[in-house]
Amino acid sequence: MTHVLEARSLVRDYHIPGSLFRKARTVHALKGVSFAVDEGKTLAIVGESGCGKSTLGRIITLIDPATAGELLIDGRKVDIAREGLTSEMRRKVQIVFQNPYGSLNPRQKIGDILAEPLVINTKVPAGERRDRAMTMLKKVGLEEKHYNRYPHMFSGGQRQRIAIARALMLNPKLLVLDEPVSALDLSVQAQVLNLLADLQDEFKLTYVFISHDLSVVRYIADDVMVMYYGEAVEYGSRDEVFSNPQHSYTKTLFAATPRADVASIKARLARKNAA
Amino acid sequence: MTEVTAASPISTDPSRRARLAEFWYYFSENRGAVIGLFFFLFLVVLALCAPLVAPHDPTVQFREAVLLPPFWQEGGRLEFLLGTDAVGRDMLSRLIYGTRFSLFVGVIVTTLSLSSGILLGVIAGYFRGWVDTVIMRMMDIILAFPSLLLALVLVAVLGPGLTNAMIAIALVFQPHFVRLTRAAVMTEKTRDYVVAAKVAGAGHLRLMFRTILPNCMAPLIVQATLSFSSAILDAAALGFLGMGAQPPTPEWGTMLAEAREFILRAWWVVTLPGLAILLTVLAINLLGDGLRDALDPKLKRS
Repeated sequence: MTHVLEARSLVRDYHIPGSLFRKARTVHALKGVSFAVDEGKTLAIVGESGCGKSTLGRIITLIDPATAGELLIDGRKVDIAREGLTSEMRRKVQIVFQNPYGSLNPRQKIGDILAEPLVINTKVPAGERRDRAMTMLKKVGLEEKHYNRYPHMFSGGQRQRIAIARALMLNPKLLVLDEPVSALDLSVQAQVLNLLADLQDEFKLTYVFISHDLSVVRYIADDVMVMYYGEAVEYGSRDEVFSNPQHSYTKTLFAATPRADVASIKARLARKNAA
Repeated sequence: MTEVTAASPISTDPSRRARLAEFWYYFSENRGAVIGLFFFLFLVVLALCAPLVAPHDPTVQFREAVLLPPFWQEGGRLEFLLGTDAVGRDMLSRLIYGTRFSLFVGVIVTTLSLSSGILLGVIAGYFRGWVDTVIMRMMDIILAFPSLLLALVLVAVLGPGLTNAMIAIALVFQPHFVRLTRAAVMTEKTRDYVVAAKVAGAGHLRLMFRTILPNCMAPLIVQATLSFSSAILDAAALGFLGMGAQPPTPEWGTMLAEAREFILRAWWVVTLPGLAILLTVLAINLLGDGLRDALDPKLKRS
């Protein structure tokens, strides 16, 4: 069985051109990352800010090309730097961004935002586009009356639902979620995560879930990859990684997660009193 | 769903009318802008209905009534409300017909420079690299000359006349639009919704003109109104120097130029066209200021 997404030692360098007072230098954002995701599964990519998570996300979404390495989607090799991109490939991967306030065009109505991918990639007539947009709108928990509104009339959680709906309009196999809930408050986070889980079952979606929030990752992921300075320091199934972290960075990361259960609070108080 | 109630408290009515009402609310807070708007509308009506409103033909010479003062002065006649000029043409009629030329100049110059400026600016801001460098250095060259001087040179090359004057002025104004558009496009281009449209498969043209450009319009609208008034002023200046509209066209700047020698003997032939230019430019500037305030979301006090 082929993997929906497979990466073989992806490398991405950014060249910063030198100026009069500075030498040119190269930033290695990704230093050879390999992984594979099967259909219907979720791979969570965890790491601190600036560790290359989002760079990886942009490469998987075919926005930026990788400097070296191979990217296979549905068993087919993709190289946008050399061959460009067919609309068929484009339709297989979609993305949901972190900031729901910047990812929707403020001058477009919701209906137009949802229909735009269909207008660009398919020859579906206007009536059917409308129907499909309506159906998707209801699938993500919004109502028909929202169809003619503008993005600024929605709350953050609703906007993220719209962004998810837009990503699903082309029936992609793979959805890259770039910290989709980190800009939302906790109750809305739970709603959106549940929505994502439901949609995954319904459409047999494969998720690449980029996050820094371990509790969210523990909830949604099948596999976990921990990144540190452009390298994958830990990669395995969720239970393996959470129960038996190997790398020291992963251990630090888990230790840094705030705990609120009674035992750990008591232990902390005991330590504090002892000191 | 609990989120519905949390939706934006400002306005949930999506219709264009509601947005227009909101715009008018902010616009009408600026009294100068409202006055400017109404004066401008008055000018438009005047220009459209010139043949109905004007008491005389603007080019007919009344040989028995040369250099008559306005009606309230000694020797003035009610027949010629604002007096006559040196060859006996009715000043009021000429001023009314002059509105047509001034507004025409404003509209054509603004449209020309706006459309070409937007095109170049979007291309420069979107593609960056050498395209950007070439376009922006060309604009810098145009900007390096004083605007009226460059317009004068261009008209001297193209030949005097209102059409050539308009082309010259449009060319001189264009760099401002290019710069403004480029800056706006560069900030909008990195926003997530543009990347999202790209992921959805949008091509360059669609990204440039459907996705990015509508979000850059607010500063452009304001610059357009402001350049509207500068265009009228520059056209009048060119007319005054004999490079714009040619006599007997009743263009305000040309009227001023013709009246130069009577500045001490007959104040009305100089003052009235000057006053007309002043009021028109003032009204449009006020209008532009008001538009800027009303369209800038940062200035919205809600």
